[in-house]
Amino acid sequence: MRQGECVDIAAIPRVESDDFSDHLQEARGRGVRLAQLFGRRTPDGGVMLYAFVANDNVGMVDVCCSQLVRSDSRPLQYPSITAHWPAAQAFEREIAEQYGVHPLGHPWLKPLRYHATDDGSPAPWGPFDRKKPIPGDYPFYRVDGEEVHEVAVGPVHAGVIEPGHFRFQCHGEEVLHLEIALGYQHRGAEPLLLHRNATRSAIVAETVAGDASVGHALAYCTALEALAGAKVSIRAHAIRGIALELERLANHVGDLGALCNDVAFLPGASFLGRLRGEFLNLTLEICGNRFGRNLLRPGGVLFDIPADLSDKLRKRLEGLQPEVLKVLDMMFEQSSVLARFEGTGVLSQEQAEEIGLVGPAARASGCMRDVRHDHAYGVYQFSHIPVAIETTGDVYARAVVRWLEVQRSLEFLLELLGNKPAGKTFEAMSPLRANSMAFGLSETWRGEAMHVAFTDDTGKLAFVKVKDPSIHNWLGLALALRGVQISDFPLCNKSFNLSYAGHDL
Amino acid sequence: MLQVLRTRLAQGHTTTKFPLELPVLPERYRGRPKIDASKCPEGCKVCADACPTEAITASGPGAPGSLDLGKCLFCTACVDACPEGAIQYTTDYRLATSHRKDLVLTNGDFKLAERMGDDLYRILGRALRLREVCAGSCNACDLDTNVLNTVGWDLSRFGIQFVASPRHADGLLVTGAIPRNMHYGLMETYEAVPKPKIVIALGACAISGGPFVNSPEVNNGVDGLLPVDLYIPGCPPHPLTILDGLLRFIGRMPRTTHGR
Repeated sequence: MRQGECVDIAAIPRVESDDFSDHLQEARGRGVRLAQLFGRRTPDGGVMLYAFVANDNVGMVDVCCSQLVRSDSRPLQYPSITAHWPAAQAFEREIAEQYGVHPLGHPWLKPLRYHATDDGSPAPWGPFDRKKPIPGDYPFYRVDGEEVHEVAVGPVHAGVIEPGHFRFQCHGEEVLHLEIALGYQHRGAEPLLLHRNATRSAIVAETVAGDASVGHALAYCTALEALAGAKVSIRAHAIRGIALELERLANHVGDLGALCNDVAFLPGASFLGRLRGEFLNLTLEICGNRFGRNLLRPGGVLFDIPADLSDKLRKRLEGLQPEVLKVLDMMFEQSSVLARFEGTGVLSQEQAEEIGLVGPAARASGCMRDVRHDHAYGVYQFSHIPVAIETTGDVYARAVVRWLEVQRSLEFLLELLGNKPAGKTFEAMSPLRANSMAFGLSETWRGEAMHVAFTDDTGKLAFVKVKDPSIHNWLGLALALRGVQISDFPLCNKSFNLSYAGHDL
Repeated sequence: MLQVLRTRLAQGHTTTKFPLELPVLPERYRGRPKIDASKCPEGCKVCADACPTEAITASGPGAPGSLDLGKCLFCTACVDACPEGAIQYTTDYRLATSHRKDLVLTNGDFKLAERMGDDLYRILGRALRLREVCAGSCNACDLDTNVLNTVGWDLSRFGIQFVASPRHADGLLVTGAIPRNMHYGLMETYEAVPKPKIVIALGACAISGGPFVNSPEVNNGVDGLLPVDLYIPGCPPHPLTILDGLLRFIGRMPRTTHGR
């Protein structure tokens, strides 16, 4: 199926639980990517597993499911997918943690977010201890040796950033292994997406990862609109596209500035840090909030961009374009910057494919994937943005991909603002189709976000599963750190700039 | 080198003149809401029903309508729902208060944050070092706090700095709804701050739980865990709102221009 389509839940192909892993393994051989894997509790106490594999070449996503049946003699279990396909590692840990399901043969089963299972049954690693709710309190992987030492960082970091725990095994300056323990940001977002107040659900979708509000809201709206069979006007799609690219610009420009800061190139850090705000202020002009809150809602957008505002935005962008590009030219010509970027934190294309990396980080390792291109939807069906690719997989490549995307988003915006289609910006949706499933994808500035929504037999929203791109990419950061000097960690970390809240939900 | 200097010259001076001059906020910016309860028809509570966080209490006989800015997400649900136009957003960015109850907006005056008490002011008034603790925020509050450190705002000119360790700090600035998994980390960080210490709750999540209020995984903000000295509401608050709150708190807001 494609994003924006809606199917009967009953029509989703089923696979025997014992064959589920093999079935996906076979699909992998055809060159697909694991986009999403999750479980949903069934009324009889079992769990239904759903796998979404993306065939990016043709813009299709294949869905299959597998029923795990409850039995008194043994816990819910199935042969692990991760054992053959590492891209499933975090998803299977999530399923184990949420429902107490055992993925047999998972190479490293451990908590993902650290919370109790939905029915209180023990997770494969044991029951949840409410008295010790500390995600980073478990046996970390350890390297032993006379000169090996361990460095622990977080959850409260030195900067003004989100909490997470990093455990490094080092030999001198060299990092042998990095283990990342998250879960500190777990707020229980997914159940709130079913809140009876629709505004509340939409805002929770926006705050899954607040720096990618527009991206998440877009995937959420696409899923719900598909369930309602709603047709959103091209004008509303265009405004969504404008907001999404402004969000990308703000974050990419900010990230490039932060990368300058981490290699002590302060002119770049100061100029880009300020310029980031200029893009946020353009979003503020559109919807009254710098992060694009309250703009996208199922059914369209709540704010129009009339001609005078459109002109104003275009003029400001025309001023910003040469300014930003000039600063970026300066940044990429500094040998002190390039010397620190090049060859640092390399992730090969094989590794990136293996773990299912997405977004600019994947494109920096030579993986051709971009939702705007592969699964084009809304305005991206009409205005194309070329995919930015690099091949070296280092900090430099991740910076260059952002640089290219900044240029292309600016061009895209200038074109779109000069030529906005007509149409109604918002139309209330009709009721959702009963017993159905639909999903939405969006290329947030970090990569692919995905919202999958299910309705019950009365047409009420019954289950929403959210995926932030970070769930794919955190492992990429850990792998990129191997053999890197520990003092380059901030630089590598910033080159991925992943979401803690989006991972922890 | 010459290129860096040329770019530097082209960039010019970009720091805001705030608080001496006010930056212009766009018309659509949603600042402090204004309620006109006289427009409310008898028994109407569409705004209260529309509100995603139950921040609004509808007016009833003898009880004027109120809006709790600590819960408000600054969305447009109430404004869109109200047929009478009784609730409107203004572009007034000044939102910070010293007490939780002051955040409850009625028809009457809004009491903005005051300078910290004399005892604290003697010690912290001229140099305030803060440790930020993000505990269950979506990252937006943290990002717009970070913005104050850019050249556009230059927070350190007011003697306020964010420091790496709580042991070097005079207080905490907390964002997020405080998930169970971050409870211990927050309390330990607070313990590590030397006395006397202050706490700032920033954003709807830290004040009331925000969009995550009543989720079983969160504590609905810092109230009940830490004594709060300054509340800065918003989802997330605009950097101007944050700076305004901080400057009022350290008594650096010039009374002549727009003190109160």
